[in-house]
Amino acid sequence: MAIEAAPRSLPSPVGASPRTRTAGVVTRLLRGHLAKVGTGAVLALILAAIFAPQFAPHDPTEQHLEDMVRPPDREHLLGSDELGRDILSRLVYGARVSLAVGVLSVGISLLIGVSLGLVAGYRGGWLDEVIMRLMDGLLAFPALVLALAITAALGPSLGNAMIAIGIVGIPGFARLVRGQVLSIRALEFVEAARAAGLSDRRIILRHVAPNVLAPIIVHASLRIAFAVLTEASLSFLGLGAQPPTPSWGSMLNAGREYLEMAPWLSVAPGAAIFITTLSFNFLGDGLRDALDPRLKF
Amino acid sequence: MGAYLIRRLGTMVPVLVVVSVVVFSIIHLTPGDPVAIMLREDADPAAAAALRKVLGLDRPLPIQYLTWVGRAARGELGRSIRTNQPVAEAILERLPVTLSLAGASTLLALAVALPAGILSAVRRNSVADVTGTLAALSGISMPNFWLATLLIFLFSVRLGWLPPLGYVSPAKDFWAGLRSLILPSITLGTAMAAVVMRMTRSSLLEVLQLDFVRTARAKGLGGAVVLLRHALRNALIPVVTVVGLQAGALLGGAIITETIFALPGVGRLLVDAIFQRDFPIVQGVVLLLAVNFLLVNLLVDIAYGYLDPRIRYG
Repeated sequence: MAIEAAPRSLPSPVGASPRTRTAGVVTRLLRGHLAKVGTGAVLALILAAIFAPQFAPHDPTEQHLEDMVRPPDREHLLGSDELGRDILSRLVYGARVSLAVGVLSVGISLLIGVSLGLVAGYRGGWLDEVIMRLMDGLLAFPALVLALAITAALGPSLGNAMIAIGIVGIPGFARLVRGQVLSIRALEFVEAARAAGLSDRRIILRHVAPNVLAPIIVHASLRIAFAVLTEASLSFLGLGAQPPTPSWGSMLNAGREYLEMAPWLSVAPGAAIFITTLSFNFLGDGLRDALDPRLKF
Repeated sequence: MGAYLIRRLGTMVPVLVVVSVVVFSIIHLTPGDPVAIMLREDADPAAAAALRKVLGLDRPLPIQYLTWVGRAARGELGRSIRTNQPVAEAILERLPVTLSLAGASTLLALAVALPAGILSAVRRNSVADVTGTLAALSGISMPNFWLATLLIFLFSVRLGWLPPLGYVSPAKDFWAGLRSLILPSITLGTAMAAVVMRMTRSSLLEVLQLDFVRTARAKGLGGAVVLLRHALRNALIPVVTVVGLQAGALLGGAIITETIFALPGVGRLLVDAIFQRDFPIVQGVVLLLAVNFLLVNLLVDIAYGYLDPRIRYG
């Protein structure tokens, strides 16, 4: 066993080294069939988004009016849309939009929500009261209604949809983290850190935060599924991505007009949203089981 | 129970304050002058000044807020800037459509989810259980606008069994009304059914392992009696909460469902108002949906306190 350098602060009771822990989590994650499928699909989606120019057979915004609403064939594997654009290429580029919205909006929720939850849970008192009542107020809105209200105020655009989805997710993270911190705050290692004279900031960042990481990771992966779905909903209503940005929700909305003569216009983007959301849900469920089996329901 | 109710109502006060501030802020979050946005750029300055006065935007912000809250508490939500119709009247006209859609979806979801959840729990790890769990996960991940599109394609375009769009009031023509609600209810109820099914399954599995169930079995009671009279009664308590929480998703989903099926409900009113930049209508509908969600959760909490004495005396 290697001798580790003396820690600069008190050790957290997490046990094994981060690398061993991560390897253990990955092994446990890949033990479940659904989690395996979810992880594979999410990885494929990330690759498609990163290498979209290489994967997409055509320019996603290039219009060929002579090829309008063509059924799937060799040239257009998933057919072409009402402006003659290649559906497969738009789907591949749409993955960029969905993933970007998913990751960035969850990033907004995570950054603000986790900070608020850490402060509320650790400090307690009036600050906790104020923060949590604010969060309760935001939770009083049905998620899509709040997202719509914010988008209505800021104006329809992909960036504003992202901000709206991010704001909607803040209370969930704040509540989750606060609950975890309340249970950790009373543990001996936090008492020891306090007795050792560490500052609140250091205790929160070095000792409390790493111990609430597992539920945050699980919640974040499930929230990405929600964010992808909500962005698609907003774009479907015309309040998210604006033309000619290839967004799965707006593609589905445009395809609805041609449902009778060209159902493939609606089937492909809908399937992409469904598979992405399902994959993140599988991954989230798998992560929950791998990180903390007690959380399983 | 009275003390519990008062305590629970007390927790609603700060939440309502936050809700009112958020709804009030919708008009003020707008980048630039909200009046110019509502009237478009080429608006007559006199008309802009008149609208600013009607909306009270020419007064200090705290006064604007207090006036708005005072009026909202009396049910005065202003007038639509497009049709001049009182907002409350516009909402009340459309509310029955949304309520009938939400009601039908909930009934449909419970009718499918409860038996499926019970079956999954009783036959754990069987083909039925795995199929049910996969169906539930798919139901949660299925975008309702895609489900609606597929349902319209199959049952309206291909088979011609059900109308693709439109609404007929069941009060005027019951059967035509029912037919117009079938596809929207399936669309809206699917996600709820999926969540309720998973919750019923996990809750029942937990209860079936408890001592009192073993005791009931040891007394010689039949499987059905133990399941229905003992286990299920206790297992359904968390399910009630989930149904309440799903009310929020139901209201959000109603917005999309009403838009797709051209149902003249509150959700459609909200979407139309957003596109027409009719802020008084947007504020009114968002406020109504949030208050409605709060009331549903209040009712669920009361039911929960009634079902589980540990909560009301806790």
